[in-house]
Amino acid sequence: MGNGTSIGRVRGLGSSHQGTHHWLTARLTAVGNLVLITFLIVSLALLPDHSFATARSWVARPVPSVALILIMVNTFTHARMGVQVMLEDYVHEEGGKIAAWLLVNIVPFAAAAFGILSVLRIALGGA
Amino acid sequence: MAQSRKARPISPHLQIWRWGPAMLVSILHRITGNGLAFAGLGLLLWWIGALASGEQAYQIFLDWVWLGTAGGVQAFTAILGKVVLVGLTWAFFQHAATGIRHLILDIGAGYELQTNARWSILTMVFSILLTIAFWAFVLLR
Repeated sequence: MGNGTSIGRVRGLGSSHQGTHHWLTARLTAVGNLVLITFLIVSLALLPDHSFATARSWVARPVPSVALILIMVNTFTHARMGVQVMLEDYVHEEGGKIAAWLLVNIVPFAAAAFGILSVLRIALGGA
Repeated sequence: MAQSRKARPISPHLQIWRWGPAMLVSILHRITGNGLAFAGLGLLLWWIGALASGEQAYQIFLDWVWLGTAGGVQAFTAILGKVVLVGLTWAFFQHAATGIRHLILDIGAGYELQTNARWSILTMVFSILLTIAFWAFVLLR
């Protein structure tokens, strides 16, 4: 960004041409969460008990395991976007912005990978 | 011209304002969303990870979050765990209700002052009633 000509002073300060996708994906994953998280908490409330055997055999069933993997993708995407918007509002220092950028682009993916692997181990019967 | 403009009131003012239902549910949406993101998804990962790791890891999870039977720190964290779990269910119901409110606002409806205030209050009534109903079902059935 220059400070000479009038065009030089405004170049790079306009629209990023990519906000709509973020906004729309947040809405789309919100609708997904309404279904998935409602399914999760209703199912957990309906379990006869919360012992290891009961919980594990519930997760191992096809529909719950698919729902949990979708939660690891859909809910983590939604959470990542929401936390990103929150950080964009409150973090203004350059160092903080870099830390926020690293957090938002690494932690949710690592967390979701851990979650998906855990579900797969249970669903596919690994020990 | 410049002097007369200076005397005009400035709105929105940074210091002169009072709470309204829409402001309250707006900030609640952000607080519950971030609470669910960090505490909620964190607990979900601990739960599924413990379940995948085996019976012993799952027992440790239950002990820290709910049972507290092993004594020590777990006696305290089990109380905290119950508070957090009840809080998370409330946070989910509140975030879901204000989320639906946002979807409705997104299509351009519900901006009239009375309507907006009424639906803002109803999201909180909804979340509190559903939290009570959910835990009454879990604990009393």
